[in-house]
Amino acid sequence: MVETLVIPLLKIAVLLNAVLVSVTFMTLLERKIIAWAQSRLGPMRVGPYGVLQAVADPIKLILKEDITPAKADKWMFTLAPILSLVPALVVFSVIPFGAEELFYITDINVGLLFIISVTSIGVYGIILAGWASNSKYPLLASLRASAQLISYEIVVTMTLVSVILTAGTLSMVGIVEAQQEAGLWFGFVQPVAFVLVLIGGLAETNRNPFDMPEAEQELTGGFHTEYSGMRFALFFLAEYANMIVISAVVTVLFWGGWLRPFPSVDALALLDLIPGWIWFFAKMFVFLYLFIWIRATLPRYRYDQLMRLGWKVLIPIAIANVVVTGVAKVLL
Amino acid sequence: MAIEAAPMFDTDELVINMGPQHPSTHGVLRVVLRLDGERVVDADVVIGYIHRGIEKLTENRDWTQIILLTDRIDYVAAATNNLGYCETVEKLMQVEVPRRARYIRTVLAELQRIASHCLWLGTHAMDIGAMTVFLYAFRERELILDLFEEYCGARLTYNSMRIGGLLLDIPSGWDHRVRAFCDVMDEKIPEYEELLTNNRIWLERTRGIGVISGVDATALGLSGPPLRGSGVYRDVRKDEPYAAYDEFEFHVPLGTNGDTYDRYLIRLEEFRQSLRIIRQALDGLPEGPVMGKVPRLIKPPAGETYHAIESPKGELGYFIVSDGRATNPYRLRVRPPSFCNLQGLRPLIIGHMVADVVALIGTIDVVLGEVDR
Repeated sequence: MVETLVIPLLKIAVLLNAVLVSVTFMTLLERKIIAWAQSRLGPMRVGPYGVLQAVADPIKLILKEDITPAKADKWMFTLAPILSLVPALVVFSVIPFGAEELFYITDINVGLLFIISVTSIGVYGIILAGWASNSKYPLLASLRASAQLISYEIVVTMTLVSVILTAGTLSMVGIVEAQQEAGLWFGFVQPVAFVLVLIGGLAETNRNPFDMPEAEQELTGGFHTEYSGMRFALFFLAEYANMIVISAVVTVLFWGGWLRPFPSVDALALLDLIPGWIWFFAKMFVFLYLFIWIRATLPRYRYDQLMRLGWKVLIPIAIANVVVTGVAKVLL
Repeated sequence: MAIEAAPMFDTDELVINMGPQHPSTHGVLRVVLRLDGERVVDADVVIGYIHRGIEKLTENRDWTQIILLTDRIDYVAAATNNLGYCETVEKLMQVEVPRRARYIRTVLAELQRIASHCLWLGTHAMDIGAMTVFLYAFRERELILDLFEEYCGARLTYNSMRIGGLLLDIPSGWDHRVRAFCDVMDEKIPEYEELLTNNRIWLERTRGIGVISGVDATALGLSGPPLRGSGVYRDVRKDEPYAAYDEFEFHVPLGTNGDTYDRYLIRLEEFRQSLRIIRQALDGLPEGPVMGKVPRLIKPPAGETYHAIESPKGELGYFIVSDGRATNPYRLRVRPPSFCNLQGLRPLIIGHMVADVVALIGTIDVVLGEVDR
């Protein structure tokens, strides 16, 4: 009873809270990092150095009026933000933050497949939001979003096949263990795949330079134009939760998850003193930082250029990478 | 046997209103777009949302009070507007402006050009999604506003020039601070370039977008960087020198392709040329009074005149009719570069994507206050 029900539920509760809290602080982090890149201070008013901004924002959003436009499709309009947030949270159940069983909720043997399929559901949230708003700008945005997310999903999924080939397993824990056995992070074995997943991840989370669906300057906020209050906040939470998911997945697949650098070199055994979950979070943070850094630096692609990049450049590379990996696997 | 066309879904053009309240229309411009998917089939540019009747107002103000109104025409380049108006009245009255005043006016106008281009660069880059450039450009614009504040006390609407010269001489040490600013700006321009000029995404978003030939640009009455971007050599500072421009060396950058990227490069080069002009003007700043011999009551002789200057956005002209009796103009008409350049928007955006529309509104650099007046 305790083993099968209480402990998993406790873990879920802790994880869920941790994710939601870290998402609110992600917004603060993003604002701070971008501010530093732009030679300004960022939020400074709420609390010392503005750290309480992360608390003030959700409070503000909860207190705001939650408007449903008169012509909107009410059910879909309510369903859309839920549909985009829930998958982003569900994915965390299979992400191993550490080697011990304490640090992951479950380790299913098709973990990676589970992640791919569950994150795909998130697309519906955006499409439905645009459709249900019954408004032109959100509709345009959701059309873009559906095209963009589906194309880049192909890129990412294709690329992940080569990782699966290298690791020989779909289990997230198994993939990290495979890297331990190989004594090498897969990022060094599969650099092309790593770059592709990173780019695809940026596109799938609608981050700059692929933030077409919400292109503020063109579509006035995109699919969440008509949303306000907490429902708007759910989209926001989903976006940042997805960022964390992508960072976590990249960490697990390419940068050894909880493993220390160079897991096979005994001379660095001293680094084992640092617990695995700290390594994990440190690596994840690097990618989150990278995402924000990219946002502060790059302009935005145009929609058709983005599709061209996806279909004509990234997908062929992804397929070639799978073929090369397969051939190498057979030969070696 | 005839093959029947397969029944298709109905396809409709989507009509959307971009503006008058939209984050990227730089004020209250309204563009009605007819879209086929994301491609613009037709566009209708609607203006007039901030018409304040400035031209009519001038008919009830005396000649000096009008300077204050010209501030509000292109409110991001107030000094240039002051200059254009004052010079037109001086031309009508045939007043000699002291050389020192003409030099200081040139410095002010060029500082204003840099400030206006900074604003343009920031918002244009922001429209295309590069948000950092926006804050970088505004950081430098702030320095210019500080210089203006020190000179005349105002940061946006300066009202700093007078018919016949200037109200104020420069404060002591101001020229050193302008020089220091020029040095800062020299360092900062490469920062913008590093973020944009060779950036692949920036190139893809601007090269080949909004191409207009020199002939078309001339026919549409474009002026300023949008005209020079198409390779047409036309700069009022060179063609009909005013203030003290005939005494300085500078060159007029020209584009070759007439696309958004060329217009971007031209404005960046104009930063450098403006700095060059400012440095020359400060080096050769003559001594003497800053106010010419002007009667206490300004009352130009009957007649009409047109005088144009090169504002940051293009050719800014004033046409003034005086009846010689009243202390106010009989008619004052502004030839605003933004208004004329906005004529080019519709031909530019047809056939492009929605995302390009904001880039193209940015590239012709309009200020709606100047369009509507």
